Amino acid sequence: MDLTVIWAIIIAFAVFAYVVMDGFDLGIGILFPSFKPGTERDQAMNSIAPVWDGNETWLVLGGGGLLAAFPLAYAVILPATYPLIIAMLLALVFRGVAFEFRWRDPAHRPFWDMAFFGGSLVAAMAQGMTLGALLQGIEVVDRAYAGSWWDWLTPYTLLAGLGVTAGYALLGACWLVWKIRGSGQDHAYRLAIGAAVATLVLLVAISLYTPFVEAQYFRRWFTMPNILFASQVPLLTAIISFLLFRGLLKRQEAMPFLLSLAIFLLGMIGLAISMWPYVVPDSLTIWDAAAPHRSQVFMLIGVGLTMPLILAYTGWAYWVFRGKVDEAGYH
Amino acid sequence: MFENADALLLARFQFAFTVSFHFIFPAFSIGLASYLAVLEGLWLKTGKPLYLDLFKYWLKIFAITFAMGVVSGIVMSYQFGTNWAVFSDRAGPVIGPLMAYEVLTAFFLEAGFLGVMLFGMEKVGKKLHFAATCMVALGTAVSAFWILSVNSWMQTPVGHEFGANGQFLPGPSWWTIVFNPSFPYRLVHTVIAAYLTTAMVVGAVGAWHLLRDRSNAHARKMFSMAMWMAALVAPVQIFAGDMHGLNTLEHQPVKVMAMEGHFQSHPDGAPLILFGIPDSQANVIHYAIEIPKASSLILKHSLDAPLAGLDTVPEDLHPSVGIVFWSFRIMVGIGLGMLGLGLWSLLARWRGKLYDWPWLHRAALVMGPSGFVAVIAGWVTTEVGRQPWTVYGLLRTADSVSPLDAPAVGLSLLAFVVVYFTVFGVGTWYILRLMNAAPHSHEEGLEHEPAPVRTAGITPAAGQLTADDREGA
Ligand code: HDD
Ligand code: HEM
Ligand code: HEM
Repeated sequence: MDLTVIWAIIIAFAVFAYVVMDGFDLGIGILFPSFKPGTERDQAMNSIAPVWDGNETWLVLGGGGLLAAFPLAYAVILPATYPLIIAMLLALVFRGVAFEFRWRDPAHRPFWDMAFFGGSLVAAMAQGMTLGALLQGIEVVDRAYAGSWWDWLTPYTLLAGLGVTAGYALLGACWLVWKIRGSGQDHAYRLAIGAAVATLVLLVAISLYTPFVEAQYFRRWFTMPNILFASQVPLLTAIISFLLFRGLLKRQEAMPFLLSLAIFLLGMIGLAISMWPYVVPDSLTIWDAAAPHRSQVFMLIGVGLTMPLILAYTGWAYWVFRGKVDEAGYH
Repeated sequence: MFENADALLLARFQFAFTVSFHFIFPAFSIGLASYLAVLEGLWLKTGKPLYLDLFKYWLKIFAITFAMGVVSGIVMSYQFGTNWAVFSDRAGPVIGPLMAYEVLTAFFLEAGFLGVMLFGMEKVGKKLHFAATCMVALGTAVSAFWILSVNSWMQTPVGHEFGANGQFLPGPSWWTIVFNPSFPYRLVHTVIAAYLTTAMVVGAVGAWHLLRDRSNAHARKMFSMAMWMAALVAPVQIFAGDMHGLNTLEHQPVKVMAMEGHFQSHPDGAPLILFGIPDSQANVIHYAIEIPKASSLILKHSLDAPLAGLDTVPEDLHPSVGIVFWSFRIMVGIGLGMLGLGLWSLLARWRGKLYDWPWLHRAALVMGPSGFVAVIAGWVTTEVGRQPWTVYGLLRTADSVSPLDAPAVGLSLLAFVVVYFTVFGVGTWYILRLMNAAPHSHEEGLEHEPAPVRTAGITPAAGQLTADDREGA
């Protein structure tokens, strides 16, 4: 296979890994104020404390990988979504230090809890809106972004921001359903149902809106023979959503989280159908933006050697912290 | 706001601000990670609880420093695209892969083993725990390796070809790119700088507690270790800096002219200007205090060797002499100060009063933050001295910048300044509070705190909530 395609898959994988892994971290942050101070909040925080930094590292791989494998895309997307990226970075500063500072300074814990919430919410919105901005198209002239610094702000990007935020909240609530017990868990079940409804409504809205944002999407989804394949995505989403609600009502523990991961995976596939083979829709294909062969080969060696190890110790980290967080014998 | 400002200048300022802030944390965490590995190794070897106490004392400080390093670092990996989009497009094929290697080989490694290092002692046993500590230390060093390779390539670019679309493309050998001419010097000089920075902090904390209680065994041990470091490594750093300067003279002579303040050429022996006020309008150093011919001696190892000055270089290729001249002197001055402190500590040791010489302790206390000042001054010398280029001699800074409106860059700069000063200011305050607590026997680890410090990485989660935490907030 063409190395450029392999690299597109690797970057997509890194982005997907980031979205679902930091997704549930951010989701917990978004839902954080609705948990009672004390045990409930501490449990919620503790359930992700062991893994959040590893999760966030995928964001660095996504960004760094994009620079390395598709430098032109990196150079176009970031200026085009400049205020969103800056907002996300600053939000992640607050979110990240809150893990630490909240324990260091009990007197100001409520403040750092709000920083955790606000940071997570802004980061989630910014990420969703960045995705929306990308999908609605970016003006490129002469290898550079040619629009102004507010072009990204449209109803469509706002909708995308809300969609991603709701989706993260769903992941976060389902994670908590799995990882904690007691009153916190009961609360997480209720939140998960609400978040699932919101996610699906927004997902449908975005799916209906998207084909009208750019003609190319309409063609991809609604012409023969594409429609035969593409229509499987909403179909599967419907089935999985049904299972998800059933699971939540029957108080299954691990299943809802896995099913919400599946919804994200389908979302990713839908995205691939819309965008392929563009990295900046309608302006740059992956081949336009790709790094030269030598760069691709050099990095592929690195990925080949390190990725198995990274996955192994990431898996190990999750394994070490398996089980309910409030069980004794955790250490 | 900012409508009339210059987007390029704001972008430069923003990058300089965020990267300088970021580097403060690695400068400490690279050194501290290694120090922690040494302490734990000594503990395993000798079995003395004192080392374990010190390990736990510094571990808490490391946890906060590291978290701040991570969040400020994430900002950096996006600054290239937000502020220097054209540079990213052009140089991406060469520097991108090196930074990707940094993520793959360093950042994941740090994140993977940090949790065990912070909280896993009882879970995984001593040996494995020590291995985890070593892995984290290794991760910080590997990270320095790659990012400094990138930066060095920008200073002394080699091994690339040019694409028809204006991109720098990698040539046949990555080895040539990674080990570009200034890289070995920069790596050695910067990693030693991180060790010295850490030694100054550790020494200052030891001194602070010695000033309060000379009999504190823990304070004595850390002070002594830090002073050995100063005495042994400061001279090495000065030597490394000298070698680095000679290398720079070979590859970036204009930078050295600015560092030395040589506006004029000196056909028969250039003076070493100790102090003076550079004036880039008139191209002279006012009130210069100089040692005749000493600069030629240092740079060329001959009193009468000719040295070219900035008068041989077109004005639009001059870096800002005022900044480079002064930042270089600040760094060198601090380096000499560290050497002085190290020698003083040797004298104190010889006289048997290492722990009973309050003036020495006061001096060590004053030198505590000096490492941070020196590393920032060093980077300012390096980076401002590279101007007006981002890729030296090949790509101008003015041609590297993103197509952004000045208000966008100005407002985000303002946001960075406000957020960084408050958030990292608070974090620094927490660190100072920890440092103010005297180290003692049976130092609590992170596991035994009322609530575990949650940091970047794997931490044991609940199950450790104590009763008072459950009542909590
Ligand atoms: C000489 C060392 C050095 C230098 C010059 C830099 N860094 Fe750094 N960086 C580190 C040494 C380091 C480190 C020691 O590896 C850190 C500090 C604390 C930490 O968590 O890792 C780190 C953290 C860190 C992180 C977070 C990693 C994580 O998620 O764990 C990122 C994304 C960057 N850095 C990126 C950069 C970029 C883009 C730089 C250049 C402009 C840069 N760093 C300069
Ligand atoms: C961490 C230590 C570092 C510090 C303190 C530092 C400091 C600075 C400063 C002060 C400037 C502004 C210079 C000016 O505009 O006059 C600058 C610019 C820049 N540096 Fe660094 N730097 C560091 C590391 C790096 C690294 C590792 C890279 C590359 C990977 C890098 C790439 C750049 C770029 C792209 C610019 C912008 C262009 C420019 O203004 O020159 N820097 N840096
Ligand atoms: C007193 C003796 C010293 C000398 C002669 C010296 C020399 C130099 C030179 C010539 C450079 C610029 C190299 C270039 O850009 O081409 C530099 C950079 C730097 N210095 Fe020093 N230095 C000294 C002490 C120190 C000390 C004590 C520290 C910190 C503790 C330090 C930290 C740095 C750093 C972080 C840089 C930037 C990275 C680099 O280019 O290596 N230096 N030094």
